[in-house]
Amino acid sequence: MRLKHIVAVAALAMVAVGGAQAKEWKKIRMGTEGAYPPFNYTTSAGELVGFDIEIGNALCEEMKVECEWVTQDWDGIIPGLIAGKYDTILASMSITPEREEKISFSEKYYNTPPAIAVRKDSDLKGVTPADLAGKKIGAQSSTTHSIYAEQTFTDSDIVLYPTSEEYKLDLESGRVDAVGDDVMVLQGWIDSDEGSCCKILGTLKSVDEIHGKGAGIGVRKGDEDLAAMFSDAIAAIRANGKYKEINDKYFAFDAYGE
Amino acid sequence: MSMQNNYVSENFIESRKPPVLRSAGWSIARVAGTAWLTAWIISGLGILWFLAYSNDVVFSFGGPDGFGVTADPKFLEKYGPKLISGFETTLKLVAISIGLGALLSIPMTAMRMSKNRVLYSIAYGYVYFVRGTPLIAQIFLIYYGAGSFRPFLQDINLWWFFRDAWYCAVLALTLNTSAYQVEILRGSIQNMPKGQWEAAAALGLPKWLTFWKIILPQALIVSLRPYGNEIVLMIKGSAIVAIITILDLMGETRRAFSRTYDFQSYIWAAIMYLIMVETLRQIWEKIEQRLTRHLRR
Repeated sequence: MRLKHIVAVAALAMVAVGGAQAKEWKKIRMGTEGAYPPFNYTTSAGELVGFDIEIGNALCEEMKVECEWVTQDWDGIIPGLIAGKYDTILASMSITPEREEKISFSEKYYNTPPAIAVRKDSDLKGVTPADLAGKKIGAQSSTTHSIYAEQTFTDSDIVLYPTSEEYKLDLESGRVDAVGDDVMVLQGWIDSDEGSCCKILGTLKSVDEIHGKGAGIGVRKGDEDLAAMFSDAIAAIRANGKYKEINDKYFAFDAYGE
Repeated sequence: MSMQNNYVSENFIESRKPPVLRSAGWSIARVAGTAWLTAWIISGLGILWFLAYSNDVVFSFGGPDGFGVTADPKFLEKYGPKLISGFETTLKLVAISIGLGALLSIPMTAMRMSKNRVLYSIAYGYVYFVRGTPLIAQIFLIYYGAGSFRPFLQDINLWWFFRDAWYCAVLALTLNTSAYQVEILRGSIQNMPKGQWEAAAALGLPKWLTFWKIILPQALIVSLRPYGNEIVLMIKGSAIVAIITILDLMGETRRAFSRTYDFQSYIWAAIMYLIMVETLRQIWEKIEQRLTRHLRR
């Protein structure tokens, strides 16, 4: 409480003294990956679409700011934010302690469990480390899912791919026996024509230390005011039904979690 | 006056004073050069400082133990062995690909220089295609392309080969480097004057012996540097195999970076690539000395 007070007073003082110096967020550049369907991806026409994108646009509308999307490879997405190529990361990024050392996050805007997918003809029975021992498991590198896989399935061979597109190709062709990712991502793929080869084997219990507290919007350290704006906007679109409207377009249940 | 004096002039030429040494002055070029060098030194020191800073290196003077350095090598302890294993993977991959590529380049060069239209066209098309497309596209095509032909490849019993990312990487890099090596080899062989062939023929030497003992040793001198360049390019070009899941030096570096967001992983990678290239340069120097020993006095 005390600390919050001080921060609030300091922030007020900065606004009062700084005036012109305090950043007024009128135009926000939003960084995203654009290769993570159904959350954010690029259509064959080159258009950026997905749950993240629609939520982002709704949030910007709610905050009455102009937003511009910038795509950036996943591996470089945090350095790109720090380097100022864009002001926020809205790319299904889980809020983890490791990432919080480098950047700050808004409150979560969704939280869904991780899962394992296999080919339909697979004889794998379960998703425990024993079930998957000796198997090849694909995951996207630099993701919480890859870290979880490396730490949990120690008897399996973890194969890392630059984007989710590639591990899907390799699961289909049989180079890997299973893949691990967010259940929504896998479900979205399996429901599409491209994913007809495969099925969800089961969901995993998410581990807070690895998977974090759900996906949030990342901002540079020092831009916590922006993160707070987003947190408020998330609460607002949750309340006014806009979130549900977008959610229902993509998912059969509430992606926000508890 | 004796006779002897006729040989020596009486009028010695006045010895001239040495020219006055003028200071070179700060010409624009010199200022620019010094500034450039300073910038390099500063960035070098900056990198060292960054490495020290990242590892919490502390220098202590005095105290009970006198001078001491303490560091917190958390990053190196955890990721150092992985980077070294990536280093070995890269070395192995490049060595195998360059070797196989060299083997393949010999018949290809013969075909490329052949008068037979069909053989020539095959070799020409191969070199044309490989040199005209990016390596990343070739690797992607071979690895993920093969994946979508799995039933066919299984029918012809080749899936075991294309299933494995390592084999795909070796295949792609071998095909790539071989095309460049064909051009290096062909260029240097055709660079030899025709008169050498004719002179050898006049002496009654068989063609293979002429090639082996006369043309090739001279052609190698010409092609040595381009070969070295090709290997250097391969060492660096091989970094893209990470996209097909091989954890080479670059793959391990990116993985370490994604876990820590610590830029020192890239600095260590740069140092390791430099070590590879520098070692190669030294070896090449030695080979050149040996091959050109007849040109030195």
